[in-house]
Amino acid sequence: MALYSEKVMDHFRNPRNVGVIEDANGIGEVGNAKCGDIMKMYLKIEDGIIEDVKFETFGCGSAIASSSMATELIKGKPVEDAMKLTNEAVAEALDGLPDYKMHCSVLAEEAIKSALEDYESRKK
Amino acid sequence: MIYADNAATTAISEGALKTFIKVNEETWGNPSSLYTFGQKAKEILEGTREDIAKAIGAEFPREIFFTSGGSEADNQAIISAARLGERKGKKHIVSSAFEHHAVLHTLEKLKKEGFEITLVDVHENGLVVPSEVEAAIKEDTCLVTIMYANNEIGTIQPIKEIGEICHKKGVLFHTDAVQAIGHLPINVADENIDMLSASAHKFHGPKGVGFLYVKKGIALTNIIEGGAQERGKRAGTENVAGIAAMGTALKEALDNLDDNAKKLSEKRDRIIKGLKEIEHSAINGDETKRLPSNVNFCFEGIEGESLLLLLDDRGIAASSGSACTSGSLDPSHVLLAIGRVHDVAHGSLRLSIGEDITDEDVEYIIKNVKEVVEYLRSFSPVWRNLVAGKAEFIL
Ligand SMILES: Cc1ncc(COP(=O)(O)O)c(C=O)c1O
Ligand code: FES
Repeated sequence: MALYSEKVMDHFRNPRNVGVIEDANGIGEVGNAKCGDIMKMYLKIEDGIIEDVKFETFGCGSAIASSSMATELIKGKPVEDAMKLTNEAVAEALDGLPDYKMHCSVLAEEAIKSALEDYESRKK
Repeated sequence: MIYADNAATTAISEGALKTFIKVNEETWGNPSSLYTFGQKAKEILEGTREDIAKAIGAEFPREIFFTSGGSEADNQAIISAARLGERKGKKHIVSSAFEHHAVLHTLEKLKKEGFEITLVDVHENGLVVPSEVEAAIKEDTCLVTIMYANNEIGTIQPIKEIGEICHKKGVLFHTDAVQAIGHLPINVADENIDMLSASAHKFHGPKGVGFLYVKKGIALTNIIEGGAQERGKRAGTENVAGIAAMGTALKEALDNLDDNAKKLSEKRDRIIKGLKEIEHSAINGDETKRLPSNVNFCFEGIEGESLLLLLDDRGIAASSGSACTSGSLDPSHVLLAIGRVHDVAHGSLRLSIGEDITDEDVEYIIKNVKEVVEYLRSFSPVWRNLVAGKAEFIL
């Protein structure tokens, strides 16, 4: 039995939206208290729409795949929608994660929320 | 596939497999049965016991007890020494921080019973210092248990010296030699070893078979109660075919020990040299006092599970001490014991090479580890911070 679903392996092997956005207007970095991994999200938001999103991740296969999937789920979407993204939705879109790897998808949710908060605070 | 995880388990050798099949086909009787067919199985069992005793320098065949593997042997050795000690009011045990969990968890259990456990330091180089073992021994110490070679970083401990100290002090000495037997020359008499654990699947024998050497005069405590097998000390109908196959595997391993060690250490050193070229990396454990098969590195700024998955894609089977690879999400206790901080232990890679490794394999491993580490660093926020000077390199 494979450790991960085909979908997870696909996003792990060919992660979407990897990298940095130099002129990002929302950046979030979160760490995982469980295993010590780190995820960083860069957002470029224009007129309330997430025009571009990129990520960097230091973590396991499931963390990399979760970041990749999360960026796909919010790219081109309004900020309000992105705010509602849950880790369950990320895991589901990946055709599931092993139980003890669910926390890696939480990291993706938190990284996006943190980047959105950064965007909001910059607006003020 | 390049199988570089021989510390986890090894392929059964052709010879051992032949023995296994042959015994199962021809001599499958119960060694406890009194008719000839059963006694044939008994002969195989006792013949193997004799061979193994000779191979490790034991005085008597009856000092070898067959078990289900290394874990059981470790459990029984430690529990037995504890029970013997307890009777004399001795409830202190000396061990090291980077023992296998078969040892550490058994010690934890004894601790709950009121035993006191001292774990000596294994230092940055992954080596126990004999004088520190001596200093740790007290009036009420009943056992010293130190592994022969570490399963993660491969460091080989000064067993003979530790044994000498134990004998001088009148304390029992057990060594978990699961990673060492069949790979290093071992003689229990010369090396002052009272008890030794071994497991067949680490030297090209079958899984689920091992043995415990126990010097004459040391009374074992049963872990498994039942029939009178193994002189009443380990119940259960013997895995005769597995035990015989273990005998074959050990003989083969010892016959080729010098050649294998020479070949493996040459390949090991080339891999080490190649991986050292990766910046901000470090070898784990002493570079020379290590198993001929063991390479273990930490690469800063990356995580081990993703490293393993990408190496697997490239046909290399290896292992890591990263928190993300363990079900418990804790980094390897071995790497922590040699002072690697959590972040660095994260990016660890163990390659334990096998005798069939070729020069091309060596080059392939070096090239691919380099590429994958570089790739993972290219989108690691930790690496970016390090390079930007926002955090300090540890390695
Ligand atoms: C050092 C050490 N001790 C004990 C064991 C346990 O051996 P077994 O798997 O045969 O129970 C292992 C194997 O993982 C080991 O490497
Ligand atoms: S990031 Fe560590 S387990 Fe997934």
